Amino acid sequence: MHSNVSDGAAGAVLEEDVRAPLHQSADNGLKIVIVGGFGVGKTTMVRSVSEIRPLNTEETMTQAGVGVDDPAGVEAKSTTTVAFDFGRITINDRNVLYLFGAPGQERFWFLWDRLFAGTLGAVVLVDTRRLHDSWYAIDRLEAHGMPFVVAHNDFGGEQHTLEQIRDALDLSPHVPLLSCDARDRESSKQVLISLVRHLYALAAQEPSA
Amino acid sequence: MSPLGPDDDPDRLYTVTGGRSRAAGSRFDLVTLIVAECEPAPGMQSEHVRILELARRPTAVVELSAALRLPVSVVRILLTDLLDTGRITARHPRTAARAELPEPDLLKEVLDALQRL
Repeated sequence: MHSNVSDGAAGAVLEEDVRAPLHQSADNGLKIVIVGGFGVGKTTMVRSVSEIRPLNTEETMTQAGVGVDDPAGVEAKSTTTVAFDFGRITINDRNVLYLFGAPGQERFWFLWDRLFAGTLGAVVLVDTRRLHDSWYAIDRLEAHGMPFVVAHNDFGGEQHTLEQIRDALDLSPHVPLLSCDARDRESSKQVLISLVRHLYALAAQEPSA
Repeated sequence: MSPLGPDDDPDRLYTVTGGRSRAAGSRFDLVTLIVAECEPAPGMQSEHVRILELARRPTAVVELSAALRLPVSVVRILLTDLLDTGRITARHPRTAARAELPEPDLLKEVLDALQRL
């Protein structure tokens, strides 16, 4: 029962791994997750801003009896494998930010807590040709209380205003929405900056403890 | 169902982990930074050797997983062995366990770094 959920080039990771070692004093890893449907440009965005070539790995989860109806009762287990890719950005001598490109499909969310607990925030990358791919991801992020921004990866073609996209996604007014070109470093960087600014604004709203 | 690749071979995963369950490794986050505290010794399991080599500089669990081409859960089990025998130390993310928003100071540092990109 092996299923693979990824649009990353699984297996394309070369052994020659040109490693850019972290600073010896690095002691705090941070996470941002870029969620989106197949082919929306998650890997492209990670590559645009990462200081290392994006790497690929996977996590597996065995679920006893989930979605399995086996009258014989033999091995009622299924193993879900979720592949994801990642890159990184060194923040300073101590902090390093990891960017994860993750599929937004349903089974992926079983692994959210195991993989992405403590994530700073998420970017939902959307393609106007397949907006419905994003609905589920947005719903799950809201359910997890995970702050996010929505970035429309503009592939050209039919033009949509951000207002139209906001309406189509039924996105609440306080969620930042912007257009980007995931191939472009500056553009992808602006998406991440908008997320961090959003987090900053949310933190400022919180009653101080 | 996709065909099993060599890295997916259940026998290999069983051998690598000595057949232990994955529960043991749950204390390692994807971005926990691992630091080797010794050099590989003769007779060590090859995956342990590789981890100690890679982690001469701080290296995230997820990077070890990619380099070893093993699922994260398997790497976590391997790391548990090394941690329990004092061969590595683990620098856990400070934000991992908390549900609240990160410190504004930390966000400012992230923002500054992104703007410098």
